[in-house]
Amino acid sequence: MSHVRLSQVTKSFTRGRNGPRVVALDDVSLEVAKGEVFGVIGHSGAGKSTLIRLINGLETPTSGQVHVGDHEITALSERDLRGVRQDIGMIFQQFNLFRSRTIAGNVAYPLKVAGVAKAERDRRVARLLDFVGLLDRAHDHPEQLSGGQKQRVGIARALATEPSLLLADEATSALDPKTTAEVLDLLSRVNRELGVTIVLITHELDVIRAVAGRVAVMDGGRIAETGTVYDVFAHPRSTAAADFVRGALRDRPSPETVARLRRTHSGRIVTVGVQDRTGFQTALARTFLEHGVAAGVIFGGVGELQERAVGSLTFELTGPAEGIDAALATLRADGVDLTEEEG
Amino acid sequence: MDEFLTNLPEFRAAIWQTFYMVGISVVLGGLLGLALGLVLYATRPGSLMSNRAVFVGVNILVNVVRPIPFVIFLMAIQPLMKAMIGTTIGTDAVTFALTLAAAFAVSRVIEQTLIAVDPGVVEAARAAGARPLSILLTVVVPEALGPVILGYTFIFVAVVDMSAQAGLFGGGGLGSFAITHGSQRYNWVVVYITVAVIILIVQAGQFAGNALARRALRR
Ligand SMILES: Nc1ncnc2c1ncn2[C@@H]1O[C@H](COP(=O)(O)OP(=O)(O)O)[C@@H](O)[C@H]1O
Ligand SMILES: [Mg+2]
Repeated sequence: MSHVRLSQVTKSFTRGRNGPRVVALDDVSLEVAKGEVFGVIGHSGAGKSTLIRLINGLETPTSGQVHVGDHEITALSERDLRGVRQDIGMIFQQFNLFRSRTIAGNVAYPLKVAGVAKAERDRRVARLLDFVGLLDRAHDHPEQLSGGQKQRVGIARALATEPSLLLADEATSALDPKTTAEVLDLLSRVNRELGVTIVLITHELDVIRAVAGRVAVMDGGRIAETGTVYDVFAHPRSTAAADFVRGALRDRPSPETVARLRRTHSGRIVTVGVQDRTGFQTALARTFLEHGVAAGVIFGGVGELQERAVGSLTFELTGPAEGIDAALATLRADGVDLTEEEG
Repeated sequence: MDEFLTNLPEFRAAIWQTFYMVGISVVLGGLLGLALGLVLYATRPGSLMSNRAVFVGVNILVNVVRPIPFVIFLMAIQPLMKAMIGTTIGTDAVTFALTLAAAFAVSRVIEQTLIAVDPGVVEAARAAGARPLSILLTVVVPEALGPVILGYTFIFVAVVDMSAQAGLFGGGGLGSFAITHGSQRYNWVVVYITVAVIILIVQAGQFAGNALARRALRR
């Protein structure tokens, strides 16, 4: 059952009063299932923030529909929308905490808005601060906290009304790697222990890798590719996805690397996509051997994505030309992803 | 000095008149200006309750009135004074003019201070499902409280200044006292003592404002 659904959503902005039109989202459709962590990855300006802000109606699309649960967000009045927003939490890159309130006051704010009585409010605030590990900081003010702690307060505040959906807009982009990992762990717990659906946008593949189950890759206001994190990044079909993988894994040689390899290696150079099945590399080695081909790894790397092996290996192949051709043909027939590096 | 001492009762009365004029106009003008400033902030394009017609109307009104020098403003609004409070001279008339002048000055100070509030916190409040008016009063204003207090302090000093200028028009208060008992009689001791008291009032106001703002900013 889908929790969030965008159907052919387009959003354009006009810069200034009569300025040029900017198409921030172009015919975007996607579905987020109940209880999943759905990632959206894209470079700056790809339209990610615009997309996430459509989900809680902070932005209205130029055309298309947005559904959250049973509500058609795009059909609601501002007044009805406010009620729906109380069931959607949101966290931000810059945390956006209220400086004028204490940590407890920040977390209590959405409860006040929702009209929850004081005693119940206090109870829930304490429970939430305990959940994010900041109960002892309840009476401090935001500027007394580190970035990671601030985002944990942001998460507690976003969860105050016990929403079923959490929107995270670059929630870890202002944090260092260690703190990022802590916040991402917390988000995973929110998803696992509280069953909250999470839509998370980021420009970092590592963030997607750490928490998301499925991902949409955005490029220039369009969705280039959607699928499980493993499928999209182990076997990218779009150049946008492939770019992110190359940037993060650095295992496919760039043209410059190929040229450099070429200078020091006289054999034929092929790059093989690693497959997540037992014996893959042994089978690879045996095929080369059977055709009298010597294969040496000269570039590449193997990593892990959703506990499955991903990566690529670049080999220098030496031996009789017909042997190499036969070996490559056999591998291709076996469905191995294989590219001979030109140049 | 002896002459000053013989005028002591008038001097005391003048101080009270200044407090009366400044107090009423800072409080009433402050509230009126707060309301105008909130309207300016909230109705501007892209803001919480953006409304072009209201914004443009109030904006033009403030732009027209605010730059008028106070002594000219005092004369220019005499018909309005007559209609509203029935007189155009004396302390009440000056207080009326001060209140309006303060309101227009405060409106801009408030507007500018609120614009500086991080749009991110407004976004967070909107995402929590809060109503625009509630966001304005329970998020935007508290977030800007420190600078708002400093803005009011600035206005307080300006109002003390304007109230003294009104002395030229027989408005009462320390300005009038310095003229009638001081400069017109070439009694410079009276003038200097009056100036010293005005400086004292301004300093006290500035000190209190700074202290309150520091508390609000927790610095
Ligand atoms: N309020 C706005 N007015 C005009 N242009 C906007 C506005 N919001 C976003 N844009 C434009 O839309 C595009 C997508 O922006 P955004 O959704 O913020 O991208 P991302 O979050 O992926 O960096 C950008 O070109 C941006 O300049
Ligand atoms: Mg963004």
